[in-house]
Amino acid sequence: MLFQTNSDAPQDSNSVGWWKYLLLAALLFIVLPLALDIFRLNLVGKYLTYAFVAIGLVLCWGCGGILSLGQGVFFGLGGYCMAMFLKLEASDPESTAIQSTPGIPDFMDWNQLTELPWFWQPFHSLGFTLIAVIAVPVLFAFIIAVAMFTRRVGGVYFAIITQAIAAILTILIIGQQGYTGGVNGITDLRTFLGWDIRSEFSQYLLYFINAALLFACLMVALYIKRCKLGRLLVAMREKEDRVRFSGYNVASFKIFIFCIGAAFAAIGGAMFTLQVGFMSPSFVGIVPSIEMVIFCAVGGRLSLLGAVYGTLLVNLAKTSFSESFPELWLFAMGALFIGVVMAFPDGLAGLYQEHIEPRIKRRFKRKPSPAVKSVAAEQAADSSKPTSPSVEERGNATA
Amino acid sequence: MFADYTSAELTAIFAMQGFAGLILFSVFVLMALGLAIIFGQMGVINMAHGEFMILGAYITYLTSQFFSSHLPSLFDGYFFVAMLLAFVVTAALGALVEWLMIRHLYKRPLDTLLATWGLSLILQQLYRTVFGAREVGVSLPDWLMGSYAITDIIEVPINGIFVMGLTIIITFGVYLTMQKSRLGKQTRAVVQNRAMAGAVGINTERVDRYTFALGCGIAGVAGSAFTMVGSTGPTAGQLYIVDTFLVVVFGGASSLLGTVASAFTISQAQSTMEFFLSGSMAKVLTLLTVVGILMLRPQGLFSLKVRR
Repeated sequence: MLFQTNSDAPQDSNSVGWWKYLLLAALLFIVLPLALDIFRLNLVGKYLTYAFVAIGLVLCWGCGGILSLGQGVFFGLGGYCMAMFLKLEASDPESTAIQSTPGIPDFMDWNQLTELPWFWQPFHSLGFTLIAVIAVPVLFAFIIAVAMFTRRVGGVYFAIITQAIAAILTILIIGQQGYTGGVNGITDLRTFLGWDIRSEFSQYLLYFINAALLFACLMVALYIKRCKLGRLLVAMREKEDRVRFSGYNVASFKIFIFCIGAAFAAIGGAMFTLQVGFMSPSFVGIVPSIEMVIFCAVGGRLSLLGAVYGTLLVNLAKTSFSESFPELWLFAMGALFIGVVMAFPDGLAGLYQEHIEPRIKRRFKRKPSPAVKSVAAEQAADSSKPTSPSVEERGNATA
Repeated sequence: MFADYTSAELTAIFAMQGFAGLILFSVFVLMALGLAIIFGQMGVINMAHGEFMILGAYITYLTSQFFSSHLPSLFDGYFFVAMLLAFVVTAALGALVEWLMIRHLYKRPLDTLLATWGLSLILQQLYRTVFGAREVGVSLPDWLMGSYAITDIIEVPINGIFVMGLTIIITFGVYLTMQKSRLGKQTRAVVQNRAMAGAVGINTERVDRYTFALGCGIAGVAGSAFTMVGSTGPTAGQLYIVDTFLVVVFGGASSLLGTVASAFTISQAQSTMEFFLSGSMAKVLTLLTVVGILMLRPQGLFSLKVRR
């Protein structure tokens, strides 16, 4: 199967479909800001921070076959690093003068802490914070990945252990109320270097920064997917032993891609904190981590753009649905999980690829370039095959 | 940290904590047995396992309600009826789920995880709609209440002893089923080599269904036993699922003995540490240790030596 995977290689090498990326860019940078008021746009910005995680999951899970149920950990660590910086800024001695010890965050005061803990100290500095936002989660991911992948723990066991790590971190954050803000998280964040993050202008600005960062991550992910590493990942997903026997150090590729996924999640977490104004353990635990996986699955686990659209759609549905029918939402969510897994293993991207793209292709067939021809031929070959959902045959979604 | 206590008190503390640990152990074993069959033998990641347990608990609750309003004279024995009902209903639901969902996903273990997570969300909301968001508890018959004093300071609750006894019986029952019964032998044959098992005339699909149903049924009985020591809410199942998976994985997924041993280790560690640290820190330390050991020994404590 290693060399027959009808996956990305032949299509990708000819065309990325840049117009799809331009379409998304137009949607995020022009259409949405013009169409939505700032409240809704801020909401979209919040959803987009989850899309960072989903893109990382496309690389780890879709391409590499490493399902992590602990992406919330990296999202949360990134978010907490940013939140600690903002919180320290918000608790300068003047504004916390009514506390028994002014100058420390309010929740520490409530928990009878009189001194800033040592690991909070460096977060006075913006430079350190910006590095820590990426470095802390990536280091954490690196440790986990080295421990697991060099010992060839994979698949199901990896999923369960990452889930346990998410559970551990949540319990730790909730338990250590004095150091972390406990179950409420770090709240009441106001300024970033003296710049009010809650004003309308700064929310617009943050939205655009967020969208730009998302695009940067998308491009990095696209590059990884299309370079040799991406092909090796797919090969490892299909037949890990053969790649190993071909002389590749499988573990190091997995470690790298897992760290990349963690870095994306961390950027998302930091942007989440900036846009929403708080961070809490409810974005770290098992439930949000699994929800992030489903965002990716709904969009299509093999498609980077699908992950972004999937995240947006599921969250939009969640918000509008749970506003009007709160008790039905869990039913719908559950059905979505089951439906995506059973009926559309390739998610929205798979549906698009199977039903819409051939039609578009047929309409624009006037002057077929050789590239398009080969793609069309392959599409025809694909559709003539029985659409069994086995692992090997689910590789035909492009970015 | 021990200086504040006399030696008699320390003995009592360790005895009481040890006993609390034994109850936790029973709970873990009951939860993990069903999963050891479903995950360990069949390789299906059933994230809805907790919800199957809660179903057993709710059935016990309904049975106790029924007995106290309609058959008060038989109330002392309602629990045995409840347990049987819990087994039958959850096993039937398990068989249905296997037929509708799981059998299409045997080749994709990671996808069973997502699909059963969806199932667990649906079941949770179903419980919330039917029984309300409030936790429910059953009223115990008189002979299960109170506690038994071993010495002046050491007391053990009777319902705890009952749950432990039940655990021992169920564990042996599962052991015998898997080792001696026709279904157990067929299950192990199918797991080891599906094609060969089919070739010698085993109906592999039926074996799969019965095995999954058996695992779910045991979860139901576990939930039923839970009502003896605690109350039940719609989301209680989700709280246990990580612990349960860790117990099964830590013990070595395909070994029942390993499951029991790892449940014992984890529960004793946790309940002993709980006395000296806060509950959450004890839990964090226990889980961290388990994860750490799993990183060193990925196949778990007791793993079968097989060629791969």
